[in-house]
Amino acid sequence: MSKQPLLEVKNLKQYFPIKGGILGRTVNHVKAVDDISFEVYEGETVSIVGESGCGKSTTGRAILRLDEPTSGEVNFDGGNLLSLSKSKMREKRKDLQIIFQDPYASLNPRQTVSQIIDEVLKIQKIGTSSKERRERIISLLETVGIGSHQVDRYPHEFSGGQRQRIGIARALSVNPKLIICDEAVSALDVSIQAQVLNLLKELQRKFQLTYLFISHDLGVVRHISDRIIVMYLGKIVEISDTQSLFENPQHPYTRALLSAIPSMNFEEEKRERIILKGDVPSPIDPPKGCRFHSRCPYKMERCATEEPVLNSVSNGQKVACHLTEKGAVDYTKILVNN
Amino acid sequence: MLTFLIRRFLQIIPVMIGVTLAVFLLMHLIPGDPAQIMAGEKADEAQVEQMRENLGLNDPLHEQYLRYVGNAIQGDLGTSIRTNRPVVNEIFDSRIWITMELAFWGTVLAVVFGLIAGIISATRKYSFADVSLMVVALFGMSMPNFWLGIMLIYFFSVNLGWFPIVGWDSWKHMVLPVITIGSGGAAIIARMTRSSMLEVLDNDYIRTAHAKGVSERLVIYKHALRNALIPVVTVVGLQFGTLLGGAVITETVFAVNGIGRLVIDAIKARDFPMVQGAILVCAVAFVFVNFLVDIAYRLINKRIDLN
Repeated sequence: MSKQPLLEVKNLKQYFPIKGGILGRTVNHVKAVDDISFEVYEGETVSIVGESGCGKSTTGRAILRLDEPTSGEVNFDGGNLLSLSKSKMREKRKDLQIIFQDPYASLNPRQTVSQIIDEVLKIQKIGTSSKERRERIISLLETVGIGSHQVDRYPHEFSGGQRQRIGIARALSVNPKLIICDEAVSALDVSIQAQVLNLLKELQRKFQLTYLFISHDLGVVRHISDRIIVMYLGKIVEISDTQSLFENPQHPYTRALLSAIPSMNFEEEKRERIILKGDVPSPIDPPKGCRFHSRCPYKMERCATEEPVLNSVSNGQKVACHLTEKGAVDYTKILVNN
Repeated sequence: MLTFLIRRFLQIIPVMIGVTLAVFLLMHLIPGDPAQIMAGEKADEAQVEQMRENLGLNDPLHEQYLRYVGNAIQGDLGTSIRTNRPVVNEIFDSRIWITMELAFWGTVLAVVFGLIAGIISATRKYSFADVSLMVVALFGMSMPNFWLGIMLIYFFSVNLGWFPIVGWDSWKHMVLPVITIGSGGAAIIARMTRSSMLEVLDNDYIRTAHAKGVSERLVIYKHALRNALIPVVTVVGLQFGTLLGGAVITETVFAVNGIGRLVIDAIKARDFPMVQGAILVCAVAFVFVNFLVDIAYRLINKRIDLN
């Protein structure tokens, strides 16, 4: 892993205006992503996890400027993507690609598979002749396990898993450095999930890819990630390497999240289950202080007023919690406050 | 495609049987004795009986129906009571073409304005342009044809003197009736295009297109519009039927000698062979247009299959 990050997100904010009244004025904002910073190094797989609505998919889209972020910096390969002009950004898209969650919605139903891939090859000026592009399309599809006789079919003629493979082939076609996988396997059957995950891993080795993997499925995340970012209500609450996160989660929210993974091991059934009370508060008007304080079992007085910052608790593990500001905490010795 | 065409064509047969049956029974359902009406009010019993015999009204109903269909296929729709000319000639000599011209340009107007307004609205959701266009569309949909026609005549013909009030001779005559007949369709198509576009624009394949680096224009026209058009095409086909209905009113308001006015005059004169003929021709035209729409639908959406 090189020292220089491939992707560096700095103070990224994504506020969506809420229009109201007859005149359609902006009455408020949904603070989907609120001031987050993290790095992704070349060749690694970083996952973002969190509940629905925590801002993880929004982060992915904001990095690619599929939605224009409100403020912040996205430094990729030495330059800030957010300061690029639209046409320069279009060229840059060659290096960053995305795979979406729903394989049924992410392919244009009116284009054949070869047209879908050919379009991006033409735009990004890969391959000089149509014959050359055609050969590339066929070899790409073979890489992901789609036979050459199927290249002129329409998306509806394929199964969900096959479509996701087509989406992967499309993303790969421009030789990207970074691929954002936005819930890339969530819509697939478990057996197909494993196939696609293994394919992604294999492709990573083959093409030296870097992944930003967005998922709510902790099992999948554990299988594929080097590092994990945990988000809650638009904020990062914990960043950690995979092993530390699963063995010694430090943020109370991470602990609750991990305790919710169903286990096949009956002996483990004795482990504590942390059940969070209530719903995720609205991102329009998030709680003051720590955003998690309204549901946190370890809530202290200052949590309601003072916002915790991300600080290092051990090598490679950063947590945003007042409990851990002096270092890692042994939770077996802490009493639950309420 | 060929099997599709054949199968779609075969589907027309039961529709046509239904249409001819309805038109045929019309004659027997209207109050009064057709023979009495045809013979005239002053005719005596013997004359009416003679007329009944001539018209074949004494034969069993199914025989009458088969004879009617047989004649219709050969292009014989009977003779107009009012003018004593064959109904086919009355309709096809000029009337139907005027109405078709009116309906055609009305459809063109509806499609062009509807699509443009819909696309502008959808790509600038909740903007001033979107809100104003949709308010105008709401007016367009809510205004009855006869009122809009009269208002257009009042402002543009009477006050401003830009267009002639009645008739159908030059393009100037056509402007106001075409606006009258096409505005409702334009409004419906605009709203349909807007909602369909908005739905499509929210799809991941639109984000995929952006992620590929496709330019904004191409994303809208190539990726979004082509998919959004599928439901719009259906509406256009159905609108054609509404247009034919609207022609009756519009032609009356603007004194255009189309098939709509022909029907009105025929109804007033109790000229039922004429009414039957005109309805049959309009129904056939509607079925035919929807046949074309289905083919277009099939061409733009490869997933449609008859089963």
